[in-house]
Amino acid sequence: MQWITNNLPYLLAGISVGGQYALIAIGYTMVYGILRLINFAHGDIFMAAGLIMVYASASMPFYLSIPLVLVLTVLLGFAVERVAYKPLRQAPRMSVMISAIGVSYLIQNVALYVTGGLSQQYPNIPWLSDTVVVFGAMTKRVTLITPVLTLILIVLLVLLINRTKIGMGMRAVSKDFETSLLMGIKIDNVISVTFIIGSFLAAVGSLLFFTNYTGVTPTVGAMPGLKAFVAAVFGGIGSVPGAVIGAFIIGICENIIKALGWTTFSDAFTFALLILILIFKPTGLFGEKTTDKV
Amino acid sequence: MIQQKKSSKANLIFILGLLVLIFVLEQVIPSSSMLLTVIKKSAIYALAAVSMNLLNGFTGLFSLGQAGFMLIGAYVYGILNIPVADRAAVYQYFDGGVIQFSIVDGLQGVLGSAVGLILGVLLSLIIAGLVAGVFAYLIGLPVLRFRGDYLAVATLGFAEIIRAFFQWDVLGPVTNGSNLLRKFANLDDFNIVSGGRVAVHLSTTVLVLIVVACILVITLIINSTYGRAFKAIRDDEVAAEAMGINLARHKMLSFVISAFFAGVAGGLLAMYQTTVQAMPFKTAMTYEILLIVVIGGIGSVTGSCISAFIFVGASEWWLRFLDMEKYNIGGLNILRPGFRKVVFSVAIMIIVLFFRKGIMGESELNIAGLGRWLKRVFTKKKAAPAAAEEGKNHG
Repeated sequence: MQWITNNLPYLLAGISVGGQYALIAIGYTMVYGILRLINFAHGDIFMAAGLIMVYASASMPFYLSIPLVLVLTVLLGFAVERVAYKPLRQAPRMSVMISAIGVSYLIQNVALYVTGGLSQQYPNIPWLSDTVVVFGAMTKRVTLITPVLTLILIVLLVLLINRTKIGMGMRAVSKDFETSLLMGIKIDNVISVTFIIGSFLAAVGSLLFFTNYTGVTPTVGAMPGLKAFVAAVFGGIGSVPGAVIGAFIIGICENIIKALGWTTFSDAFTFALLILILIFKPTGLFGEKTTDKV
Repeated sequence: MIQQKKSSKANLIFILGLLVLIFVLEQVIPSSSMLLTVIKKSAIYALAAVSMNLLNGFTGLFSLGQAGFMLIGAYVYGILNIPVADRAAVYQYFDGGVIQFSIVDGLQGVLGSAVGLILGVLLSLIIAGLVAGVFAYLIGLPVLRFRGDYLAVATLGFAEIIRAFFQWDVLGPVTNGSNLLRKFANLDDFNIVSGGRVAVHLSTTVLVLIVVACILVITLIINSTYGRAFKAIRDDEVAAEAMGINLARHKMLSFVISAFFAGVAGGLLAMYQTTVQAMPFKTAMTYEILLIVVIGGIGSVTGSCISAFIFVGASEWWLRFLDMEKYNIGGLNILRPGFRKVVFSVAIMIIVLFFRKGIMGESELNIAGLGRWLKRVFTKKKAAPAAAEEGKNHG
């Protein structure tokens, strides 16, 4: 019992962080599935959602500020795609990736300008940040809510992808970009919807993430972003369930490593995992096999 | 052929002229001047950018590990050159560290202060590059097999791992953990001092000289058969392989050479900053170097050099006024610290989106070519009024 009380917090934190990574990872995996682009700016959109919440909650009650955060983040993701990625549709993939890096640099610098470089205190969202006791272990309620909320959102997303017309469009575009264009799919709409969904989930993820971590700095999004990307690769890029499983594995492992006292290497572990998976199973856990055509 | 020889001679003369100009500048203007700072920093960034360009622009491997290799170079240079007498102070949390020698000091003891300094610094820079190259070889073994985007993320990941590794407490006796390395031989040691004040300033000239030498070597590599093989791999891997180019070997070669020069750039950065810490060698640094490469033109060495100067100059100096509140017009309160970076990154986005070729595209700046071009422009200008005159007469 003592052992459980000592170690349960780490496991709970792992599951909770895993859920938050999962919400970010979906944005990466969907965009990669459709555009074959690592959206380096996604982590910064996640950070921007945190900042918007800081400023919104300062001037309005939570029942207004939370929806506002979701809407503004979605708009930001949509705008980034329209301004920075759409003009480069015909360009080599390297240019699009560089554009993504440029957007990331821009968002971080804007955040630096707005915050003045100071860490911003994230507001305590009343119900979420209450302390609860599970099996004698103290934790915030958000830790318990995260996995549940994540699973609900993912079930909804999978339904959207498999049962709706726009979902069918997404599947078609990710299979073959040119052919789906010929089949009359409005590719720009499909891509916009993908970015909207990704940004929405990142905004939800940021609400959950910052309730535990409290400080929002301009570069805070980079690490969770990269880890979520690794999770997406781990699960097989392009696959939503794969990304979710990968995210939970990474979140839990990371916290186990922290529990063992190797905190310096908790970030390094994620990348070691990435390299291992790329060596032994380059397509990830649930990825489709691709072959090079001459 | 003759023309090529002529033009490379002209280029060499131009570079020599540039060095002489920098030497004279350094004697004339005060050493705290912003221009010298920008020249120094941009020279280092130019070397880092050219080394990245060798990989991204000439071999087509999209790697984002440059900051990691620079970190290795900076640390190796720093660790090897802290004077033995100062080690106890620098490694105060690790009982003076385990390494108890200093290359520059050791050589100065044997060869005298000037020769020892020059040889010691060159030797430590080469060692810094070699260590970075060895790391690159080990990283390259698994990583270079990955496809484009995965390579980018894997190298990015390795750069982060390297950073975590160098900050690790257990390695503290060697790397000083997350504390500063300092007191090693830096650029100001090259200034010739007589009677308590600096007689001849050399810090900037020496730095630029080393950078120019490194970039010349890279240019020679690019123009060799290896360089042609790199370009073939960039243009079409499958075709290159069919032509008998060993893909794995050439990719590794390019990766290691690039890391070597990134390591040298890191060592120079350590000399310039006079202190080393792992913190600033973040992903953001790689991004900045990548953006320099993009602005200069992916696949252009001179482009990278020019854009390094513009990039560093703009971000450190020319856009400074955007951060100062006293320049606000009317009641607007837009200008305050950080605004410079916003303007700067918007400008970069405009270049990335609308001027994808950058300053130079894939071509090189060529002095003889520039001369011919100027000549053509002038003769055309002369020819144009004449033609207009003729047109009038006909009318």
